[in-house]
Amino acid sequence: MATTPETTERYAGLSAEQLIDMYRQMVLIRVFEEKCQEMYTRAKIGGFLHLYVGQEAVAVGTINALKPEDHIITHYRDHGHALARGLDPKALMAELFGKATGCAAGLGGSMHFVDVSKRFWGGYAIVGSHLLMACGMGTALKLQKKPEVVMVFFGDGATNGGEFYEALNFAKLGKLPVVFVCENNLFAMGTPIAVHSSVQEIYRKACAFDMTAERVDGNDLIATYEAALRAVEHARSGQGPVLLECVTYRLRGHSAQDTQKYRTKEEIEKYRARDPNQVFRKKLIEDGILSEEQAQQIERQMEQVVDEAVQFADQSPPAEEKWLDPTSAYANPIADKY
Amino acid sequence: MAVMTVREALRAELREWLKDDRVFIIGEDIGYYGSTYGVTAGFLEEYGPEKIRDAPIAEAGIVGVGIGAAMLGMRPIVEIMSVNFSLLAFDQIINHAAKLYYMFGGQMQCPLVLRTTNGWRNLSATHSQAFDTMFAYVPGLKVVAPATPADMKALFRAAMEDPDPVIFIEHTLMYGVKGEVPDDYQAKIGESRLAREGKDVTIVTYSRPVHLCMEVAEKLSKEEGIECEIIDLRTIRPLDMSKALTSFRKTNRAVVVSEEWQSHGVQAEVVARLYEHGFDYVDAPIERVGYVEVPFPYATNLENQVVVTPERIEAAIRKVLE
Ligand SMILES: Cc1ncc(C[n+]2csc(CCOP(=O)(O)OP(=O)(O)O)c2C)c(N)n1
Repeated sequence: MATTPETTERYAGLSAEQLIDMYRQMVLIRVFEEKCQEMYTRAKIGGFLHLYVGQEAVAVGTINALKPEDHIITHYRDHGHALARGLDPKALMAELFGKATGCAAGLGGSMHFVDVSKRFWGGYAIVGSHLLMACGMGTALKLQKKPEVVMVFFGDGATNGGEFYEALNFAKLGKLPVVFVCENNLFAMGTPIAVHSSVQEIYRKACAFDMTAERVDGNDLIATYEAALRAVEHARSGQGPVLLECVTYRLRGHSAQDTQKYRTKEEIEKYRARDPNQVFRKKLIEDGILSEEQAQQIERQMEQVVDEAVQFADQSPPAEEKWLDPTSAYANPIADKY
Repeated sequence: MAVMTVREALRAELREWLKDDRVFIIGEDIGYYGSTYGVTAGFLEEYGPEKIRDAPIAEAGIVGVGIGAAMLGMRPIVEIMSVNFSLLAFDQIINHAAKLYYMFGGQMQCPLVLRTTNGWRNLSATHSQAFDTMFAYVPGLKVVAPATPADMKALFRAAMEDPDPVIFIEHTLMYGVKGEVPDDYQAKIGESRLAREGKDVTIVTYSRPVHLCMEVAEKLSKEEGIECEIIDLRTIRPLDMSKALTSFRKTNRAVVVSEEWQSHGVQAEVVARLYEHGFDYVDAPIERVGYVEVPFPYATNLENQVVVTPERIEAAIRKVLE
């Protein structure tokens, strides 16, 4: 199956191979997340588990616009970003199971996925804080004269805290190579955006800083990818930061413990019709880029990948007891004296 | 006499206060979401959005708004979902709420009650902390951390009646704990409580570990006839050491138990005061039980060893009895 010049243009210059790979990433995220829910129900996973179901096009669309040498820093809803960046599903599942083989040695859990070798600088669970760290990373890159960019992810709810405004100001003042990606899923936990934010088009918040900003349909993979390309190019070429608002919808609860009293089943069903994975799948098939059989094959393969991850996690040894030693909190431990 | 959970006791007392025109509750996800730990569930529907104010994720803003409203005669109840997020509001709490009365020579008051939660369970490093000691360190703040449903209710009332800012600390793993709540029960800020009588060893504790200590005490009593006396501090600033010292002078042995990292905390203060005012009565070095001093690990096998457990409390008791 090949793309014609016409489809290539409609698909932002992506080849059939790249498009199929992006579909594969979206499926991987979906299957991984559904499996996490199952494992949470079976008490294999504990703590707060914030699933990414419904937002796949944002992570895949934006992260594929980055180069391997670029940097990512994100919040606690980090599974999608990690998988799109190519972190090993085995290490991620093992992290969720609290195993020594986990990406953070079993110390971080769902909210703190990390792999510095992939320039994935971790998920952070205090809403808004990591936006400032992204500015520090951008500052370092400028000082080091590196042509790399930082992409930082956060939700609509995070744009109400002071740190968001501090970060935008720092970034603009320093013309930092930072792409701020706000995943506006219309809720901060269970509080609707109309209740928590005086301005509901988040990208307009950049006006106060005279910062370049754009709003895109975050359920449309290609539109998101194109917007991210523009933002990354802007940041990389020394023109400074960009705020990219991706409007999307979270199809599962805020966390695995959420009873979702704040929205109706009808509302969720309405958005399910715009499920980014289904929309993209249909589009690829209609345009002859992907066949039904190929799609199913990808779906089976990803299920296998996730099953293998679960098996790996299950069979891995528990988190190591060395982490109970108080000196383990330090890179250069100096013990108390008596 | 009613039997209630900690959650029900708090809900009942909040309802009493919501009748007062000066009172409103402000916090994240207290309304539409239905409340993170269920304390204000259904209140938005019942009392409306002026009284139950769903706030943006802006902790400094939430506390600042509470302070300003308190300055003008309101009685705001500020909810910070977990104490970990209070860090973003420390400037408001410490530089402002705690200072207004004194710094302006008594011209204004800040009758604010800030409810927040300690707690843990697979929540990892930034979501499993306790800062009791950091609040208690600051003159101008009152810090209350009750353990039983009756004390939750009575001390919440006392906090609301108090003209000073009160940090009211709950615990996510304690909302379901049940207990009797007598109709006329009273408790005062700055008064500890004798939770269990005993002659062999004094245990000084507060908040959730009170229940763990009671469990250990019953076991030791039944199995070996060891009788622990348990003092529940209830308030950690102002700190009432009178009952703890009376007990220590009787038993001559003490264990201090709290959910905080073991060094530099409330325990350190309690131990210092036991030595200062009970020096002549010491028969064995005082033991303490707190969190192992690492940032919290996610994995259950590690977390179970970091937290305060009945096993660790029992081991400490045995050590002081040696
Ligand atoms: C400073 C801080 N306050 C509160 C919380 C609790 N909390 C965790 S996620 C969340 C909602 C965040 O919403 P949003 O930024 O829109 O991101 P989403 O979860 O929708 O992806 C809240 C209130 C927190 N983690 N940190």
